[in-house]
Amino acid sequence: MTTLTINGKSRHIDLPADTPLLWALRDVLGLTGTKFGCGMAFCGACTVHLDGEPTRSCVTPVSAAVGKQIVTIEAINQDATGKKVQEAWLALGVPQCGYCQSGQVMVATALLKHNPKPTDADIDKAMSGNICRCGTYPRIRAAIKQAAGTKEIKS
Amino acid sequence: MKKLPDRPELNADMCETADDGSLYIVNISRRAFLKDLALTGFVLAAGFPALISADETAAPVINKYGADAMPHGWVDNPLVFIAIAADGTVTIVCHRSEMGQGVRTSLPMVVADELETDWQKVRVEQAPGDEERYGNQDTDGSRSMRHFFLPMRRAGAAARTMLEAAAAAQWRVPVQEVRAEQDHVLHPATGRTLGYGQLAEAAAKLPVPARETLRLKNPADFRYIGKGQAGIYDGQDMVTGRAQYGIDARLKDMLYAVVSRPPVFGGKVLSYDAKDALKVPGVLKVIELKSSPPPADFNPLGGIAVIARNTWAAIQGRKALKIEWEKGPNGSYDSVAYKAELETAARKPGKVVRNNGDVDSALKSAAKRVEAEYYAPHLAQAPMEPPAATARISKGKCEIWACTQAPQASREYVAKWLKLPEDKVTVHVTLLGGGFGRKSKPDYVIEAALLSQAMNGKPVKVTWTREDDLQHSYFHTVSVERLEAGLDVQGKPVAWLHRTVAPTISSTFGPDSKHQMPAELGMGIINVPFAIANLRIENPEAAAHTRIGWFRSVSNIPHAFAIQSFVAELAAAAGHDPKDFLLDLIGPPRRIDPRTLGDTWNQGESPEVYPLDTGRLRGVIETAAREAGWGRKLPKGRGLGIAAHYSFVTYIAVVAEVAVDESGALSMPRIDIAVDCGPQVNPERIRSQIEGACIMGVSLATLGEISFKEGAVMQDNFHAYQLTRMDDAPREIRVHLLPTTDFDTPLGGVGEPGVPPIAPALCNAIFVATGQRIRQLPIRDQLRKG
Repeated sequence: MTTLTINGKSRHIDLPADTPLLWALRDVLGLTGTKFGCGMAFCGACTVHLDGEPTRSCVTPVSAAVGKQIVTIEAINQDATGKKVQEAWLALGVPQCGYCQSGQVMVATALLKHNPKPTDADIDKAMSGNICRCGTYPRIRAAIKQAAGTKEIKS
Repeated sequence: MKKLPDRPELNADMCETADDGSLYIVNISRRAFLKDLALTGFVLAAGFPALISADETAAPVINKYGADAMPHGWVDNPLVFIAIAADGTVTIVCHRSEMGQGVRTSLPMVVADELETDWQKVRVEQAPGDEERYGNQDTDGSRSMRHFFLPMRRAGAAARTMLEAAAAAQWRVPVQEVRAEQDHVLHPATGRTLGYGQLAEAAAKLPVPARETLRLKNPADFRYIGKGQAGIYDGQDMVTGRAQYGIDARLKDMLYAVVSRPPVFGGKVLSYDAKDALKVPGVLKVIELKSSPPPADFNPLGGIAVIARNTWAAIQGRKALKIEWEKGPNGSYDSVAYKAELETAARKPGKVVRNNGDVDSALKSAAKRVEAEYYAPHLAQAPMEPPAATARISKGKCEIWACTQAPQASREYVAKWLKLPEDKVTVHVTLLGGGFGRKSKPDYVIEAALLSQAMNGKPVKVTWTREDDLQHSYFHTVSVERLEAGLDVQGKPVAWLHRTVAPTISSTFGPDSKHQMPAELGMGIINVPFAIANLRIENPEAAAHTRIGWFRSVSNIPHAFAIQSFVAELAAAAGHDPKDFLLDLIGPPRRIDPRTLGDTWNQGESPEVYPLDTGRLRGVIETAAREAGWGRKLPKGRGLGIAAHYSFVTYIAVVAEVAVDESGALSMPRIDIAVDCGPQVNPERIRSQIEGACIMGVSLATLGEISFKEGAVMQDNFHAYQLTRMDDAPREIRVHLLPTTDFDTPLGGVGEPGVPPIAPALCNAIFVATGQRIRQLPIRDQLRKG
């Protein structure tokens, strides 16, 4: 039995220690907001926060998450920055199919928490690990700037 | 297109209550709900009445197009699409699959506008697969709005008319004296009002007004249509993780499966050893799925399935399987050799599919001859949500939850495979995490049904891993396009010969199909609208060695890449400006009957209603050029390229600005896209679709390639099959929608037509920036120096 702290609550799971956190969240705990996209940390759809750091849950064994604060998309609205990001996402109509947006929102939130006024280059660096097949990148960039309160910052 | 009746007099008969007992607006408070507690968010309405056409003899049908012409046709019945509860809650059914195009916003919004209901309060309910009831549900071909704008308007208008009639009857006043406005019917003369909730039950007992008598709104009175203020219906759920996709289905006692499929199409399992797989903690069972004989159709590929308590255990179990495969007839499929094979075919005469004038003589006497060959590889759709489906079988009924673009085909094929009557199969359509054509083929849905059956009906979810998705897709075709043209002394084209060689989608449904079908030829090649007297198009044979399928914009991709690149090559050979040369080639504005070009398909649309309008094509070219500042001076290493393409009855032109630095690294400072798709129902979502199509076009132009070796796909995840990421995306995408306010003019498609002109616009810009001509996609490192 492994105990994890997810969205502020203790959760007990009975899985081999090398099981990726992604599948513990999705299949065992029913937190399906965190998405499977590639299983190899190439696409960012599975991003959660581990002690505030954006982390690819598809390659993070549950054993590595023990004792850390795990925050998923389901609770990111409880964070002021996360909420601001979600609002900007809706205001600018970012999502298309929406599937990758959990990961995008989690990474964008972490970016703004570390760097409240990111430049274009900062945004590129932070967000380029997340693939959006619908091609919402221009709106993601604009929404990050809106959430940051910066209209245009040249890198 | 028939002019819509604008507020005709109401038929007095409609004020009388008719009671045929079978038609009613469903009152939600009385309606039975089936709610699967494990699937929060999926609320499924049940207990609809049998469908009866209001007046089946009303419209004499000559040629059917649009929704009427699709399998299962269309029957006007607002009761299928609209439910009004006693408390006034309006529920509108969306029968098309949501995969990012915004259809769950846009179609119900159209109903809401005509119904005169407050869009912000509307609930949207997703229809299960049932085309007899809902009309066509194949969400592809960029046709949801094109086909259903009018039917949805009629549904809303019919329900509004019935509500008005019910109010007039209750007040005993002529129906002409009442009007519906934002969820109420008003009688201005007396100041009385009744809410829709109060009227729904009585209104539902009234006959459905005939199509011809409907009073559609004057477009000037639209509240939502054309305004782009609707928001995204599922947006809040999407940014909070609550949105439910196919892969998110969770049922009580559900089991999880992954399948090891034959690496080569047409192959099968020779033998397997499941001993180690069964030792993996959480693995419950290993099941062999039979391979289907060709053609591929929508049938599953067969293989060995691992059933487990969670997805990860199933994946680990699959890794531990020992399987010996028989490769079958496609075991030597090799992309390098196949490219050479296509080139050989393209250099010899092939089946003539269009012939005007005398191309051979004109080529011989031309002052200058130009020829070029273009190659475009296989692609995988790679939706971010890989295929996934869940099935449960109980008491002779099968229920499916799936991210499918083809709910009806899913239902039919599952019924066939399980040997169940179709009405014993229910396909619940979830949100789709992207589709792009992959999810039009329900092979994965059938897998779920077969595995549930093998587990005595227990719910089983099949998840495709990314490797499965990239290696077992129905791939976009691969093609060689060979073009040859003759120019006269002024540089004017006098002859045009185009040979297109590519395995056809019809090979997926018939193993001997080696020629492109009319729907593929009609994607920008046979209907090329150039004013050239001598023009011949040939289609030599190409055999398929994998499953060929639809990919967003389909054959338009290689056709537009080749034709629009070649036009720029001819302009360079003639020493003319590429934009002016393209306009000259298109010639003066005229409306061409597509049949005169040999295009009998015409995207399934009426050739009279949807002629090929070169004036509109010229319009988008001129708009894109103007907005992009065509002709402006750019620093060294930068260039502008232009391309235009007509597809899905929409006209699009693109001007790309590229920069290529000294190392050969490519970037795209700005892309201008002009779009003429006719009336714009939800302009905001049209813009997002065009932006997204642009990035998909950039992705396939710069990075996309699926290749085969020894019959199997070489790419297995996103490191090998790369997709454009934010840092390589165009820095600015500017979408210019050509203004149209006349909602009586026909609609064009939106989801797909933005893709095809991107690659040639980029390659044309690269030529201007560097002098290097790209004839083979993807561009990848072709520009790299050293």
